Amino acid sequence: MTDLLTASSLDAFYGDFQALFGVNFRISEGESVALIGANGAGKSTFLKVLTGLLPVPGQSLTFDGTDLTQHPAHEIAKLGIAMSPEGRRLFPSLSVRENLLLGATVAREGPWNLQAVEDLFPILTEKANTPSTLLSGGQQQMVAIGRALMANPKILLLDEVSLGLAPVIIRDIYSALPRIRENGTSVILVEQDIGQAVAVSDRLYCLQEGRISLEGPSATLDRADISAAYFGRKKEHA
Amino acid sequence: MEWINAILQGILLGGLYALFAAGLSLMFGIMRFVNLAHGDFIIAAAFLTLVFVDLTGLSPLWAIVPIVPAMMVAGYIGQRVVLNRLSGKDLLPSILVTFGLSVILQNLMLETFSADSRRVSAGALDTAAIPLGGGLAVGVIPLLLFVSAIAVIALLNWIFAHTAVGRQLRATSDDPETVSLMGINKKHLFAIAMSLASGVVALAGVLLAVKTNFDPAAGPVRLLFAFEAVIIGGLGSLWGTLAGGVILGVAQGLGAKIDPGMQILAGHIVFLIILVLRPQGLFPKQRG
Repeated sequence: MTDLLTASSLDAFYGDFQALFGVNFRISEGESVALIGANGAGKSTFLKVLTGLLPVPGQSLTFDGTDLTQHPAHEIAKLGIAMSPEGRRLFPSLSVRENLLLGATVAREGPWNLQAVEDLFPILTEKANTPSTLLSGGQQQMVAIGRALMANPKILLLDEVSLGLAPVIIRDIYSALPRIRENGTSVILVEQDIGQAVAVSDRLYCLQEGRISLEGPSATLDRADISAAYFGRKKEHA
Repeated sequence: MEWINAILQGILLGGLYALFAAGLSLMFGIMRFVNLAHGDFIIAAAFLTLVFVDLTGLSPLWAIVPIVPAMMVAGYIGQRVVLNRLSGKDLLPSILVTFGLSVILQNLMLETFSADSRRVSAGALDTAAIPLGGGLAVGVIPLLLFVSAIAVIALLNWIFAHTAVGRQLRATSDDPETVSLMGINKKHLFAIAMSLASGVVALAGVLLAVKTNFDPAAGPVRLLFAFEAVIIGGLGSLWGTLAGGVILGVAQGLGAKIDPGMQILAGHIVFLIILVLRPQGLFPKQRG
């Protein structure tokens, strides 16, 4: 399989603070890759780098033959990387449907449109004209994912989809993932819940203090190894 | 009846203040950008109207045709070339730069047009009035100003509610970082917002030139009225801005009725009272 996106020994900084150290990452077309790690391990930072929200001049980051470091965030969105951001970040002045329509600003060709997204999450049809602030957390998450899908991305980034949601809602939202992937869309998901991450991904990266501490196929990785990589060596005896 | 007349004229005057304020409200609402040169741009548009009338001999209202589009283009370019460099979380750079712009504009106008107070005549329209009976009458020009203000605010609200650009502008006002994830170029969108605001400024300038006297130093007072109308109305609602303009206009009208020297002071006093009693304004933006 050819790689759709690759990062080689990628460093990232917030001002003088280095958040990522030599990260090697790749994802191929149609693949689902999970990023796990403790709070502050650099997962969200890595997604910010991919979307251009955190510029990394001079680093090696290639998407579909394009050097991503040369493009600002709004151009990267047009190239085909869309994100459902941590905390959903819906636009409070806009209704549910307007939030979804805003996602289609990039005008990329593909299977996703208002109809398809509302078929995927039927509750959004009912709530179409509701201000996005009046939705439940789960419904807001559906809008955030739908808004990202409206861009018909080649890679969909899902940051902390399950944060603050009830388990039954999380199951509902993740049950949409196969239909998202059946069109060949690649998915990178950041997840605190290791079980969930293993269940829905082909491969998995574990980040620890800005470095990749473990990498491999989700199905065959040993849970003890994952725990060690997640928490660091000090807690291996636990 | 004289009091009713004072209120009526105050309401119509409020239309002009609402036009002054709408541009300011747009810039702050979308870009969190305070333009201290706002009043001077209005006066500049008034002087352009004077030049237009001198050159063509046409009625000053025709000046809307070239000046509004010209200032919209200039607004777009100015935002892309200069003002986008200032946009950010900090208000101070925009205040400093537009304060400088204000000084430059005032002195340019002083050099070019002298310090004389000027007036543009619209011919017979200047004194035309519609009698309402009972000794009341409304001037055609004040009425035209008021109707223009309503039309501009209705048009802007329609753009915000029903067009893709309007949606993008509202979203940018909410969360300027996340809109870039939607493939929206913030710099282009800010320039569109500035262009819309500049169009309103141009219209306000042309109408000001027809309505009243102006001179190169008249800008800061217009800026003050605009700020007061925006704050009375509450940030984020253009209809609130119209209400703010009307309240300010009526307060000035009634003040002038009590004593001609009270006109401006009465407006400021009402503004201060509202600021104390309802600092968020009468119609603040609703957040869920």
